[in-house]
Amino acid sequence: MTIITLDRVSKRYGALQVTDAVSLALERGSALGIIGPNGAGKTTLFNLIAGTTLADSGTIRFDGEDVTRMPARRRCHRGIGRSFQIPHPFVGMTTYENVLVGATFGGRLSERDAAAKAVDVLELTGLARKANVLAGQLTLLERKRLEMARALASSPRLLLLDEIAGGLTEPECAELVDAIRNVRAQGVSIIWIEHVVHALLAVVDRIAVIDFGRKIAEGEPAATMASPEVAAIYMGMESEAAHG
Amino acid sequence: MSFRIERFTPASRATAIVALIALAFLVAAPWLTGRANIRLLGEMFSFLALASLWNLLAGYCGLVSVGQQAFVGFGGYMLFALAIFLGFDPLLAIPVAGLLGAVLAIPVGTLLFRLQGAYFAIGSWVFAEVLRLSFAQVSSLGGGSGASLPTSVVTGIASNREWREILIYWTGLALAVAVLLIVIALLRSKLGLALTGLRDSEIASESLGVNSWLTKMTVYVSVAGLTTMIGSFIFLQKLRISPDAAFSVNDWTAYVIFIAVIGGIGTIEGPIIGTIIFFLLRETLADLGTTYLLVLGALAILVMLKAPRGVWGLISERSRISLVPVRRQVRFD
Repeated sequence: MTIITLDRVSKRYGALQVTDAVSLALERGSALGIIGPNGAGKTTLFNLIAGTTLADSGTIRFDGEDVTRMPARRRCHRGIGRSFQIPHPFVGMTTYENVLVGATFGGRLSERDAAAKAVDVLELTGLARKANVLAGQLTLLERKRLEMARALASSPRLLLLDEIAGGLTEPECAELVDAIRNVRAQGVSIIWIEHVVHALLAVVDRIAVIDFGRKIAEGEPAATMASPEVAAIYMGMESEAAHG
Repeated sequence: MSFRIERFTPASRATAIVALIALAFLVAAPWLTGRANIRLLGEMFSFLALASLWNLLAGYCGLVSVGQQAFVGFGGYMLFALAIFLGFDPLLAIPVAGLLGAVLAIPVGTLLFRLQGAYFAIGSWVFAEVLRLSFAQVSSLGGGSGASLPTSVVTGIASNREWREILIYWTGLALAVAVLLIVIALLRSKLGLALTGLRDSEIASESLGVNSWLTKMTVYVSVAGLTTMIGSFIFLQKLRISPDAAFSVNDWTAYVIFIAVIGGIGTIEGPIIGTIIFFLLRETLADLGTTYLLVLGALAILVMLKAPRGVWGLISERSRISLVPVRRQVRFD
């Protein structure tokens, strides 16, 4: 049973084809990693899935329902949660309130349940200490964590994570991997765009490779990382990391 | 882990006590001060309410309207129409007018929300002008030259002038207090959470399930209804209405924006401080004629350049204090 299916989804900005007939299918409860060079169209793919931008053509089905033209907030209600690569914190609110927005409006919880959910998520993501700090005063790493926390608070069934491991130290990265595994263990399906390949490989079942808006490879992680397509893009660097 | 959510601070409790004492004095004011001051206070209440409402739209919703005089004027005319044609008690006509204003705001908002930023501002002004020209055509309400509230209606409020003035004063006080309480309650509610989210990042809010259009529309319609009530009150105090006075962009929008900007946009305290500053300036400089307007303009420019968050912005930045906190603090036990 698939949770999300993309069928030949395309998006063009003027002369630039940012997404070129991408098809993807993700099994419920599984985790897919997406890699590719900068500017390959990975984030655009997330925007299309989450509804921040609408596809020019192709169809996106979430849990059997056609969501291709559905606005972002309703996709969130259906169970698609996303983090932004460039954090968009609500700077005038505390960290707790940021997460509360996700629980209240995305998760559609009552005030009491939303508060409990928000506190749970803060603890899961290690942000509890910062609960009463204005989000505008968080460091970049904390802001990235907040992105994930807000998305989780909306109780998603599919979580889209966009480059949240960059810049972390090894222990921090291991902590993050644990947190994501935890989320997955609760039955949440995950699509994760990440340049930190070893973190990605610790979580995902499959990897898809995007280049110039097209999906050029997809499959079991080790095999995909070793494939000539990936080697051509990363000139050997990342595939060594995959084996090392 | 157990936790509780705190929504009050020592500063906010102290503020509430001070506000209650001030309120008691204001209620008793008719016996403490003269007629002229009572009139002036009534006027301050209307500007305080208008500025708080404009600030809710601009400072929290990002909807910069220069057409709020549409609802002020509409409120004034509805008061006159309901009292003259339908025999309403003027004090009862105020909430009815407010309801009509809110209903009017639904189609107007639906149209205006298609416009962004400066276009929204201009669109709101155009709508106010349309209303001004329309009411100038209603000959039974005096057409372009306006009308006075008939003596029978005025004496219906209270038979002697003293009590009439006191009742009107209390109405203004009640309206201003109600507007402030509604604004505070709204910002502390779930709707306020959505509004602050939308103000900080509309794209992230939508991705987290917030309905941007509906949230802004709810606020726009509420603000319109309350602004209409204030408009009714203003022209109950004046007892006379004309299209130019009712739909004056100067009186009901320019001064109101001045108050909000000077006091501090996007804060609850800002419009209160702004109203006090505005009336201090007006009462001390009004005899100087055009010089008064030059001073107002210069001050507005100075504040925008040197303290873009207004006087309250400066104070709260330095002291890190919030008299009316809308934030939620988590305390882990």
